[in-house]
Amino acid sequence: MGQTIVEKILSKASHDKAEAGDIVVADVDYIMAHDGTGPLAIEAFRQFGAKKVWDNKRVILFIDHDSPSDSEELSTLHELMRGFAKEQGIRLYDVGQGVCHQLMPEQGYVRPGYVVGGADSHTCTYGALGAFSTGLGSSDVAAIFLSGKLWFRVPETIRFVLNGQLGPMVAPKDVILYLIGETGADGATYKSVEFAGPVVEDMTVDGRLTVCNMAVEMGGKNGITATDEETFKFLGDRRPGEDYYVSDADAAYSSVIEYDLSRLEPQVACPSMVDNVKPVAEIGKVEIDQAVLGSCTNARVSDLEVAAHLVKGRKVAEGVRFLVIPASQKVYLDALRKGYIETLLEAGASICNPGCGPCCGLHQGILAAGEVAVSTTNRNFVGRMGHRTSMVYLASPATVTASALTGVITDPRGV
Amino acid sequence: MVDRLVSRSLHFFGDNISTDLIIPGKYKFKTTDAKELAQHAMEGADPEFSKKAREGDVIVGGENFGCGSSREQAPLALVGLGIKAVMAKSFARIFYRNALNLGLPVIENRQAVEDLVEGDRLEIDFRKGNITNIRLNKSYPIKPLPPFLLEMLEADGLVAFYKKYGRLPWQKAG
Repeated sequence: MGQTIVEKILSKASHDKAEAGDIVVADVDYIMAHDGTGPLAIEAFRQFGAKKVWDNKRVILFIDHDSPSDSEELSTLHELMRGFAKEQGIRLYDVGQGVCHQLMPEQGYVRPGYVVGGADSHTCTYGALGAFSTGLGSSDVAAIFLSGKLWFRVPETIRFVLNGQLGPMVAPKDVILYLIGETGADGATYKSVEFAGPVVEDMTVDGRLTVCNMAVEMGGKNGITATDEETFKFLGDRRPGEDYYVSDADAAYSSVIEYDLSRLEPQVACPSMVDNVKPVAEIGKVEIDQAVLGSCTNARVSDLEVAAHLVKGRKVAEGVRFLVIPASQKVYLDALRKGYIETLLEAGASICNPGCGPCCGLHQGILAAGEVAVSTTNRNFVGRMGHRTSMVYLASPATVTASALTGVITDPRGV
Repeated sequence: MVDRLVSRSLHFFGDNISTDLIIPGKYKFKTTDAKELAQHAMEGADPEFSKKAREGDVIVGGENFGCGSSREQAPLALVGLGIKAVMAKSFARIFYRNALNLGLPVIENRQAVEDLVEGDRLEIDFRKGNITNIRLNKSYPIKPLPPFLLEMLEADGLVAFYKKYGRLPWQKAG
């Protein structure tokens, strides 16, 4: 019997043959935490009575969720993280450097075959580079700080085979929203979600990062794509002995689901569940107060490029706040040098410092009662971006930008 | 954790109770203290919850309880409030794991949840591995945990286990 990608990775990491359903103790290559979860993990680590993390080069910390700090209480937690990083000799990415899930792949902490844990549910993003990566709570993260290992139940895999070719202005974000709508918010609970087929093969790593990022929104333990030339193009090199991770032809899946996406239209997840997905063309007239282009899902240079092309020579609609939050300093600089930032500013966008922005309702664009946002982020739960009665629609960078120009949620193919 | 408990009040919630509803994001950036977090527990779903809930109560959810963010502050807020167990038709993965790590029992049984009504009391017996609806005098099995997780739960969670035994639950003794 062959193995899935995840079974191969967890076999290597546990030094034993791992099959779906087994419980294994796996070596962890990297572990990360941010300002929303790091302080609790550090406290748990201290409660263990431990002095030193198992390997200070394999622990990465980020101050990105509410950064720069907007309160004295949070500044105290940020200082706790900085103090811990300094004491342990851990690399900490501080205010303005970017979103954790952008920086982990961008700064070279993710390689095919790695096991990466993170105190954030969107850690599943790194499967786009052929790693097994999953979100964990603070206690589990502290256990990795201590020992470099963690127990995992080897997940069954759902394999999505995505056939066809995406149409113009139809993006990887539309693909993943569509799949979440089809599968349901808990349709993949505890499962590994493998994305395969010509649509995925045609995607750049940027697009695959977007797709894998939202595997958790269907309940998935991780998202993953096979390693190919595109993976190594992104990584810039292939290290000696570094393997391609691909599922065997006779691997066992819990299900294999095929779609032809040639006719897929731009999609939108309507309030207040991520699986409440419809084609943009079918939601009627939805007026917006805020358009957000940001977050670990969609704020890379390729996303800013789409936005800049759409707004060139146009203006953001009266009464709409268009917030653009590059995913990292590198993304910001690249976009600046390519002229995208200038174009976006001329159109009337606000550029915020790299970080998580208003995605989880902390700062930089919190919604008032009854306000409506269209956003490239990944969650639209009640109260997610502000007041309990505010509403968030999730969409692609093209749809968000088109909507910023018209003031209503708009199919980008018509702009 | 105790081996056996009888619930006081049950508090019912629907499907897809996200961690944003259990503890809105803004509070996790203020404090790591369980008692302070507890004042805002379930605030997104029921703003008055922290005033209604009492030590020994049990939360009953629908499908996909605890979906969303990995914040361990979500089960921590419930522990801080004295919630003794969460029962649901199904759980999101990270919440489930986090709750066990904090010594908060999480019980998945669709039928048992469907049979419950306001005012019911539950007897939960972790050793025997079942729950009983006292009104119906009907028992339901609790899906058994791997032994090392049951030991961790009995020790009140991951950190407490380590303090007691000087090893992580999945590391071999001695």
